[in-house]
Amino acid sequence: MCALGYDHMGTTTLTKPETPIRIDRGGPSGGGFGGDGFGGAEFGEARPWRVPDRAYRTAMWMGLTSIVMLFAAFTSALVVRKGLSDDWVSFAIPRILWLNTAVLLASSGSLEIARRALAKRIGSSFTGWLYATTALGVLFLIGQWTAWRELAFHGVYLASNPSSSFFYLLTAAHGLHLSGGIIALLYLVFRSRAITSGLQRRTAVDVAAIYWHFMGGLWIYTFFLLMTRF
Amino acid sequence: MAEVVHETEHRHEAPRGFIRRYIFSLDHKVIGIQYWFLALFSVFVGLTLSIFIRIHLVWPQAHIPLLDKLSPTGAPHGQITPEYYLALLTLHGTIMVFFVLTTAPQGGFGNFALPIQIGAEDMAFPRLNMLSFWTTFVGLVVIMLTFFVGDGPPISGWTAYPPLSAVGGASGPGQAVGQNLWIISIAIFCVASMLGALNFIATTLDLRARGMSLMRLPLTCWAWFITAILSLLSFAVLLAAGALLLLDRVGGTSFFIPGGLIVSDKIINHTGGSPLLWQHLFWFFGHPEVYIAILPGMGATSHIVSTFARKPIFGYKAMVGAMGAIGFLGFMVWGHHMFISGMSPYSAFAFSVLTMAIAVPSAIKTFNWLGTILGGKLRFPTPMLFALGFVSLFVTGGLSGIFLGQPAIDLFFHDTYFVLAHFHLIMGVAAIFGIFAGTYFWFPKMFGRMLNETLGKIHFWITFVGVYAIFMPMHFLGLVGHPRRYSEMSGFEFLKPLIGLHEFISLGAFITGAVQLVFLFNVFWSIFKGAKAPANPWEATTLEWTVSSPPPHDNFAGKHPVVHHGPYEFGVPGAEKDFIMQDSPEKVTAGN
Repeated sequence: MCALGYDHMGTTTLTKPETPIRIDRGGPSGGGFGGDGFGGAEFGEARPWRVPDRAYRTAMWMGLTSIVMLFAAFTSALVVRKGLSDDWVSFAIPRILWLNTAVLLASSGSLEIARRALAKRIGSSFTGWLYATTALGVLFLIGQWTAWRELAFHGVYLASNPSSSFFYLLTAAHGLHLSGGIIALLYLVFRSRAITSGLQRRTAVDVAAIYWHFMGGLWIYTFFLLMTRF
Repeated sequence: MAEVVHETEHRHEAPRGFIRRYIFSLDHKVIGIQYWFLALFSVFVGLTLSIFIRIHLVWPQAHIPLLDKLSPTGAPHGQITPEYYLALLTLHGTIMVFFVLTTAPQGGFGNFALPIQIGAEDMAFPRLNMLSFWTTFVGLVVIMLTFFVGDGPPISGWTAYPPLSAVGGASGPGQAVGQNLWIISIAIFCVASMLGALNFIATTLDLRARGMSLMRLPLTCWAWFITAILSLLSFAVLLAAGALLLLDRVGGTSFFIPGGLIVSDKIINHTGGSPLLWQHLFWFFGHPEVYIAILPGMGATSHIVSTFARKPIFGYKAMVGAMGAIGFLGFMVWGHHMFISGMSPYSAFAFSVLTMAIAVPSAIKTFNWLGTILGGKLRFPTPMLFALGFVSLFVTGGLSGIFLGQPAIDLFFHDTYFVLAHFHLIMGVAAIFGIFAGTYFWFPKMFGRMLNETLGKIHFWITFVGVYAIFMPMHFLGLVGHPRRYSEMSGFEFLKPLIGLHEFISLGAFITGAVQLVFLFNVFWSIFKGAKAPANPWEATTLEWTVSSPPPHDNFAGKHPVVHHGPYEFGVPGAEKDFIMQDSPEKVTAGN
């Protein structure tokens, strides 16, 4: 018989030791950091598998690290491309970007208000501010689109000049990542009843908030780059 | 009195349907095996391409059956054109680097073994894990499509240097659709690798069993952890570079394309781009990629050498530190791939010194492997042979790196067969030996059957001698200035005397390639007919050997293991056996 299969472990019968074994963190031959991933479980104790909340935060910070590297690469490309050539033509950054920046900062504020409402278990307020955050996020994207239209109206397209190439590239890359944040917010809106009633962990809200605030910070950085390098 | 506990609430149940169990599985073990099979398929594609390459080099007029069916224009009547030779080179390098050397050690063995070795039931994010695999699969499908669409695969090599890779179809066959697909495939692969990497990092940091401190992690886990960090940081940069290259090709931008370029008598309408910018971005990824390929092999080798020397690994903390140092330094040496690009001698000096610095942690690892072997009660099953082969190839390939890391010497060796010999030995073959070592070691756990040892040893010895027969002579080709990427020698007087050496290399390649069929037979025969594997056939100490072969769906049958010992407690005085399992409550310790 082929041995590719794995045993079905739907229901198991376990033998619990008479005396629980005490474990010293690190132990005599280990040391270093404590490794209590499942904290509290003694040997042979069976209970449902649960990924700790901090794993979601770790993964989110790791994801953000890769986004930082992506934008670091774009930035270094911009610096090198501008520095090496004499064909760089600066252009006026659309003024609507200031408004868009304010909208995105406001969305971060509204998300924090939503989180405080959740902490106080005011479900309707949480959902309402979540809607507001999502709407502000969409408004930001519309604002960015308007900035693109304004540039196109003045004949500044993707391939017009390396400066415009980087403008479209950076704003598009940020917008794409922000769209992912909007999808996450919509998921929270969809699950808001389960979250406020305690049926679903708050981790999703916390992790989405980290991402959303990071998107705000990333935009501030991108905007600063556009203002100073163009 | 022991009391019996009935567990009825168990969220982590095995799926029942075939599709959910074997195709879109969330189980890290199945996903690891899927990655392993993907790499197995890819390595035989890459190997076949290299055989075509070797045939063409020594018999440029040869008619290779069926190749004209694959590409009527690239290989009319089965005879490879110079352009198609470059296309074969491109896909050989791309498939081997991305879909074999990056995929098997990390995606394959890392997925399969890491959660069990740290005492977890699965990766932190099983759905993300499944998504990573299937995204990788799509990347492979896209790269394979280049064989069948447009005028074939791109000819710009696995490094895809612009302007050749950026200016489109006018620059040669495969440079239109083929090059676009290449970029899309690599971009997809980058995303898959980053998703996989963050899963590895979160799993290692947050899902370790009780008592599994960082300094009790098997060195394999350290290797996968550090590799994941490298993947996370470097693939993002390659993704950025790929986006810029694609925009140059389809969006009319000029990131990499210089002005005034004439291709096939046509002036290219771009201005001011910098081909060197691509090289910086590519090699910022490309050098860490070498370590992404080989660090898991180092981890597996450390693990296997300690197990079969029946000795604790020599200098555990130094091994961890050395891997960290290699990973860290790996991000600061990309410029040594570009010594001839006209960079400032001061920059070249800095890159050179940093490159030499990598010799220190590399030497620490090598001497620690030797220190582990020294005085051990050595056993030589096939995984141990491949692990020792890894050490040998790592030393041989690493030594030529010291030559190439010096700008003055690299000026001569750059783009010669010497470079080919170097990176094939250290990044290609050494890493492949790490994969083979891992395969022979974990196969019993993966499939519940033992691989045939006799076939394994035949496979090892012929492969070991074969790869040296192939790649050692290439150093001599490089010494006399034989350039890379030349499809034929007949037109060059100074290359004609080297044809005999090329024939020897090709013969070595054919024999080494053929013996891989023995490995393939061994794998498939053993999956179905191999001897049943016990839980711990190697008398190893880490947690995967505490459970049945193959392990239960949730790894530990509903229990949560508690770790009391380090991962390499062999030959401990006063212990019942010559090894102590990591979860053994036995009080004696190695004190390492």
